[in-house]
Amino acid sequence: MLDQFDPRLDAEFPPVDRQALRARLAPLLPAGGYLDGAEALRAYESDGLPAYRSLPAAVVLPETLEQVRAILKACAELEVPVVTRGAGTGLSGGALPFPGGVLLVMSKFSRILEIDPVALTARVQPGVRNLAVSEAAAPHGLFYAPDPSSQLACSIGGNVAENAGGVHCLKYGLTVHNILSVQVVTLDGEVLTLGGPAADAAGLDLMALFTGSEGLLGVVTEVLLRLQPLPETTRLILAAFDDVGRAAQAVAAIMAAGVTPAGLEMMDGPALRAAEDFARAGYPKDAAAILLCEIDGQAEDVAEEIERVSALLRNSGATEVRIARDEDERRRFWAGRKGAFPAMGRLAPDYYCIDGTIPRKSLPFVLAEMGRLAEAHGLGVANVFHAGDGNLHPLILYDANLDGDLAKAEALGGAILELCVSVGGSITGEHGVGREKINQMCVQFSEAEVNAFHALKAAFDPQGLLNPGKAIPTLARCAEYGGMHVHNGALPFAHLERF
Amino acid sequence: MSTTEPCPLPTSSGSDADRTAELAGAVKAAAAEGRALEIRGAGTRAGQGRPVVGDPLDVAAHRGLVDYDPAELVLTARAGTPLAEIEALLEANGQMLAFEPPRFGPGGTLGGAVASGLSGPRRPFTGALRDYVLGVRVLNGRGEVLRFGGTVFKNVAGFDAFRLMAGAHGTLGVLLDVSLRVVPRPAVEAALTLDLPGEEARRRVADLMRRPLPLSGAFHDGERLHLRLSGGRAGVAAAVAGIGGEAADPSGWAAIRDLSHPILAGGEGLWRIALPRTGPAGDFEALPWDQAGGVRWLRAAAPSPGAWEAAARLGGHIQRIRGTADPAFQPLPPPLLALHQRIKAALDPDRILNPGRMYPEV
Repeated sequence: MLDQFDPRLDAEFPPVDRQALRARLAPLLPAGGYLDGAEALRAYESDGLPAYRSLPAAVVLPETLEQVRAILKACAELEVPVVTRGAGTGLSGGALPFPGGVLLVMSKFSRILEIDPVALTARVQPGVRNLAVSEAAAPHGLFYAPDPSSQLACSIGGNVAENAGGVHCLKYGLTVHNILSVQVVTLDGEVLTLGGPAADAAGLDLMALFTGSEGLLGVVTEVLLRLQPLPETTRLILAAFDDVGRAAQAVAAIMAAGVTPAGLEMMDGPALRAAEDFARAGYPKDAAAILLCEIDGQAEDVAEEIERVSALLRNSGATEVRIARDEDERRRFWAGRKGAFPAMGRLAPDYYCIDGTIPRKSLPFVLAEMGRLAEAHGLGVANVFHAGDGNLHPLILYDANLDGDLAKAEALGGAILELCVSVGGSITGEHGVGREKINQMCVQFSEAEVNAFHALKAAFDPQGLLNPGKAIPTLARCAEYGGMHVHNGALPFAHLERF
Repeated sequence: MSTTEPCPLPTSSGSDADRTAELAGAVKAAAAEGRALEIRGAGTRAGQGRPVVGDPLDVAAHRGLVDYDPAELVLTARAGTPLAEIEALLEANGQMLAFEPPRFGPGGTLGGAVASGLSGPRRPFTGALRDYVLGVRVLNGRGEVLRFGGTVFKNVAGFDAFRLMAGAHGTLGVLLDVSLRVVPRPAVEAALTLDLPGEEARRRVADLMRRPLPLSGAFHDGERLHLRLSGGRAGVAAAVAGIGGEAADPSGWAAIRDLSHPILAGGEGLWRIALPRTGPAGDFEALPWDQAGGVRWLRAAAPSPGAWEAAARLGGHIQRIRGTADPAFQPLPPPLLALHQRIKAALDPDRILNPGRMYPEV
């Protein structure tokens, strides 16, 4: 199990004297800001990937920038690893505590500092919930575009760390496209502003490098977000297909026609039926797949595009094309999609969500291949896709109480990710590598590339204390993992000793 | 699966060649001898950086399309491919580069555009060049070929070193191939001019941008406001009617993009002063502006000595586009400069790739 950190394959630090750690850190924090009791630690043992659990030596809850600086400086001195956590909704184990390390929880940084309706910006602390930004901007006719499915709960700091996407990023971009600057603290306590209030900042684009760095480079303490005006009109089409491949071809037809939908989502039969039972969205339960295609913009243009897309869908073999009659029905159609993950509880006791990306044209091939892999592993898979941008979320169904089922799910997940890489895609579109996909990094990147990532990390964190064992594998891990997975006939990391 | 075959390149591409091996060999040899290299494309952007003392590494011959499937909205080409060829190919397929890179001469290359990281007038409306870079293949300072990112829009595996290459002026790697996200051309484009003084025009644009209008350009030449609108037929028509002003020819925006508009052309130098779009402009208030007020243009041999400090105080920075005066880039605060040096060392430990092109220490 990957929640077991291995000193040989991940990282090793001097043992922590818990009393010394408490004596050093507790005075830096407000009352109740230092937790090291067994009960309290248990509450933080996992993030949104509950299959992985591990206990830190202590949890710290700072409230000010100065406290964050002081904690990081002290941890650097003591050589104690630090894992930063926001709302803990991440799906890749990125906020899984490092055993014996400090878990730095940023939930007290929960204030929206300023909404500037003229500059179209929001200055927020990292613990602010994603949806709270759009709610605060709404009275000005503005919104914050990235909308991950967890937007009710997930926080902006985590969104920056993961470069979060969402169902509307096809048109509006990922987190990196929607932030102007981040204030970060590095392990030595230095406060840096990357990016700035102007269109770009002097020097290298460090804001872009930092976004999506999964807590390996620094701790986010403030973010300047870009807001945009709410579209005048938003309409949603639901199209049903009796064949998943035909639905995939319809996606290609829409994109090739020069339409940029605000969102273009796909669900296969098992996923849409579970979602329908869960959310009563009004989906046709006999369909093999459905597409949800949202168009927004100026009212007349939207009406024209809806006509065009409807025709394209019919020509692609849709058995039914339904346009949401009103805002209420539009919300219901989306509620099914947004509730697809929790709905899996109806199909199996547990599910494991995969996050690969592929070029759109490979979708029919990858779907067929995934079906074959699932069968070979003896597990069911329900599919939910951000089809417009080729981001797949196969949901592997398993039962954690059955011996060996989780291991089977992990193995199937790994095989699906390697399938994505083999068609020119990526092992993660938006959930991050975290702990979960650390081995698959060795499939996507060469030794020289992994080395470059370690060198970039060392430029920010020379001691390697920030989120060790996550996101970027050690060469030792790749040598070990590569021994089992020969890629394109070549053994990667061939010269390294295999453990 | 139906995929659309792209129209062929409109100009001859008989000289297309993959020179990865030769370039890697040249970098390895230079690294072994500790010899600095000056990376050269078409040489159209010589004014955008400090002089490099080093042997020339010519990447212009490493050119040609690697992959383009219009239905995927992704194009991959070698760094030496002329930007004009790429944009002509996209146009023939009803697509374009949303970041509208300025062209500084007929041969200007894709690699040069990405290395300089400059975006055109569309930037405040559709995003910057780095927002459309999906992946790169580069040579690091050891001559190793590294691939960062890929050809898919969503990809969060590994650090986004590909976005870091945009605007790094070749100091972190030799660009070999670049994969770009491309976008459909808008159905309709219109241009307007309005008689409004600079600051009033800037407030007017800020006000327009609070509404979901199909704006794609807002430039002030010192006397008049120039607006461009791109999008659906009805949306553009409604916006044009609502904004007023005089109709103009949208093709005039090429000169604004290429910085060859009469108010920007000629002289001893041109400086780009990036400022917060809606904030105070201080001493720069009288200058012509583009990008909805986010960029001021200064035509001079060099900014006044106090200008650097003034730009920083306003939350912005200055960068040379044409000319020779030093510094060419806004000086960095010491902790950030130190971080730049460490990042340089991470990817180019012997400091052989365009050393000093941005800052003497990087």
